[in-house]
Amino acid sequence: MSLMRIASSKCVRPLTACAAILSASLFAGTTADAGQADDTLNAAFTKEVENVDLYYTTAREGLILSHSVWDGLTYRDPVSGKYVGNLATAWRWIDDTTLEFDLRKGVKFHNGEPFDADDVVATVNYVVDPKNGVKAPQNVNWMKSAEKVDPYKVRIHLVAPFPAALEFLSSVVPIYPNEYYAKVGPSGMATHPVGTGPYKVESVEPGRHFVLKKNEDHFKGPKADATIGTVDIRTIPEVNTQLAELATGGLDLIWGVPTDQAEMLQAQGGFQVMNKETMRVGYITMDAAKRTGDTPMANKKVREAINYAIDRKGIVDALIKGSAQVIDSACSPIQFGCDQDVKTYDYDPEKAKALLQEAGYGDGFSVEFYAYRDRSAAEALMNNLSAVGIQPHLNYLQYAALADKVRQDGIPVGFMTWGSNSIADVSAILPEFFGGGGQDQARDKEVMEAIETGDTSIDEEVRKESYGKALKRIADEAYWVPLWTYGTNYAMSEETDFEPTSDEIVRFFDVKWK
Amino acid sequence: MLRFVVGKIVMAALVALTVSIISFSLLHLSGDPAVAMAGENANDAAIQAIRETYGFDRPLIVQYGDWLFSALRGDFGESYYFRMPVTQIIADRLQITMLLGLLSITFALVLSIPLGVAAALRPNSLVDRAALFVSVVGQAIPSFWFGLILIVVFAIDLRLLPASGAKSWTGFVLPTIVLGYYATPAIMRLTRTGMLDVLSADYVRTARAKGLPARKVIFKHALRNAIIPVVSLAAVQMGFMLGGSVVVESVFALHGAGYLAWESISRNDLPTMQALVLIFSMFYIAFTVLADILNAWLDPRLRVA
Repeated sequence: MSLMRIASSKCVRPLTACAAILSASLFAGTTADAGQADDTLNAAFTKEVENVDLYYTTAREGLILSHSVWDGLTYRDPVSGKYVGNLATAWRWIDDTTLEFDLRKGVKFHNGEPFDADDVVATVNYVVDPKNGVKAPQNVNWMKSAEKVDPYKVRIHLVAPFPAALEFLSSVVPIYPNEYYAKVGPSGMATHPVGTGPYKVESVEPGRHFVLKKNEDHFKGPKADATIGTVDIRTIPEVNTQLAELATGGLDLIWGVPTDQAEMLQAQGGFQVMNKETMRVGYITMDAAKRTGDTPMANKKVREAINYAIDRKGIVDALIKGSAQVIDSACSPIQFGCDQDVKTYDYDPEKAKALLQEAGYGDGFSVEFYAYRDRSAAEALMNNLSAVGIQPHLNYLQYAALADKVRQDGIPVGFMTWGSNSIADVSAILPEFFGGGGQDQARDKEVMEAIETGDTSIDEEVRKESYGKALKRIADEAYWVPLWTYGTNYAMSEETDFEPTSDEIVRFFDVKWK
Repeated sequence: MLRFVVGKIVMAALVALTVSIISFSLLHLSGDPAVAMAGENANDAAIQAIRETYGFDRPLIVQYGDWLFSALRGDFGESYYFRMPVTQIIADRLQITMLLGLLSITFALVLSIPLGVAAALRPNSLVDRAALFVSVVGQAIPSFWFGLILIVVFAIDLRLLPASGAKSWTGFVLPTIVLGYYATPAIMRLTRTGMLDVLSADYVRTARAKGLPARKVIFKHALRNAIIPVVSLAAVQMGFMLGGSVVVESVFALHGAGYLAWESISRNDLPTMQALVLIFSMFYIAFTVLADILNAWLDPRLRVA
């Protein structure tokens, strides 16, 4: 979480009164009429996205722009979760590390350049080259190279078997026009982007303002043609200001609205407010591997006790709200391979006390507790721990500092969250936290092996089984307290017709006027 | 006088250098820049790669020397975040902040000097109390709250002004009021005190005794003298506004240099932060030095280097 957000929530918290005034005032006059009249959808980003070029941003806003402006070889239907052809029409595994694609004919980039195998080969070979410094190398470094078979057939060679290939190709590997990219380079692409998607970019003011225009020559593929003529996106960091703009018709669609404000908007009427579940999950990590020295967390009974001590449902109902739900498995239930058949720990403080007694901590102990967001939830979790005799001492850090600490030295106990980059596959979460890397606080060989098997097989059944094995052991050993999923709130004017998806990607081509 | 001016400028340069050293060290102590740059979904390998690419694994003193040498040649490097030259990004955003700062200080002066004069003319009267109230409120209201209240009234209820953005001049009205109002109390109080002093001075009594009209005495004889310290204060306030407009820029989505600085901190965009800290401190130092020189020129007793 950004410092800005921490600071602004600090400023704005005592300001519930102000939010109340703001909302009382929304009541007074609501005539959202700006958008439809001039066929312009006005939307807002909260964060300044650094680059329109997805290869050079890690922001979700980049993913959102990329989905409307560019296309990947494949596409994941956000509703069914199935992979369908996009710039490719068919594909096949030649062997464990070679994927072959038949490319779609007759597709044109926004600048008129025709799409063919050369574009795919140039894009892939450019982004996999480490010296080009792609900002999220994990998105592309599973590919070794691309090879042209004929003008409409390419092969992508993988570094090692990578089962999530289609997922990555669908979301984070947009294809660029080779001739244009060779001419203008990344800086040219950042200011004058050219893709094949349903929208073309009319103007970019870096970080601040983006204007998209409907692409009239959009090919008939899995993405719908855009129906709204113009999409005008401004960056407005303050949520209260976004709400004011929504109220005055300056904006038609916003997302990431805090739950208390979403509830007020909903109560007033005049807007559509929706909460949609996302892939982000909250969890408590515990130092089972003794990375911080000799700690009670290394004792399985203590970890189990902590699992029983947490009233997850109570916290979800009182604080997290929306479409959030309690989870038992260490992943998002939406993700492929997220086995739900694992040991569960229902809220039972008495059992927790008994387990602590058994473990030799009948008098309790004190522990450093780390968190970086949702301070109220963090405090509720700490109350749950105190209730069974564990005295937590809160260390509230900026995300970068906390993640750094976990990677370097580990932390005894921490409340954190993970969004899996919206990748609907457990390979976006399990290897990161249980694969033996910096964020792995369990370092369990058995779990690591099972994950490795799942990560390197392209057989769906084998993957399901081995990830299931890992998840069962994680629950049995109580390495985490899986907490809850997060929902996100969308607010839009009454004439805006949009159905949010669980990958948190706003597809502007799926937005219509009512 | 020349020795005084040169001394002040050398001193200012040393202050700027010290500021840059302190801020450089603090920025590097606040967390691993590689982790922040890689983003929330990055894994260990990605972070290590970034650490090597940007040279974060080198000793801090080497990194500082490197930066200072380029900065002296006017090259602040490339923003880690935007991957564009820092100079280009800052030039773009500084315009908004400078415009906002100038408008705000003008607003503050136009509001507070007449208030201060009015208060001084009738000390402890109703006018004085009212002026005091206006200025205390200005100091006490948090600017983000005041900003939101203005949005509620002028954007949502009355539909007179836009809630955010810098598309036209109308977008600057509310932020100017919020930022300018915050500077009002100090200027108002100083004008009032200065005027009270001057109005009881002998030469003002003489001017009155000569039979000059009250208006002429107040504006030509009294205010001209009373306003000297106000000029220095306004210069300092202007320096504050350039760096301190973060909240206002954020509430009104203006994307100026103040907001850029704030965001660059959370993004650990070191080159941008370093450049901004240097530029802000230069502005601040320049305004202060100008005020010192101006005062020394007006009053020879102050020419002590």
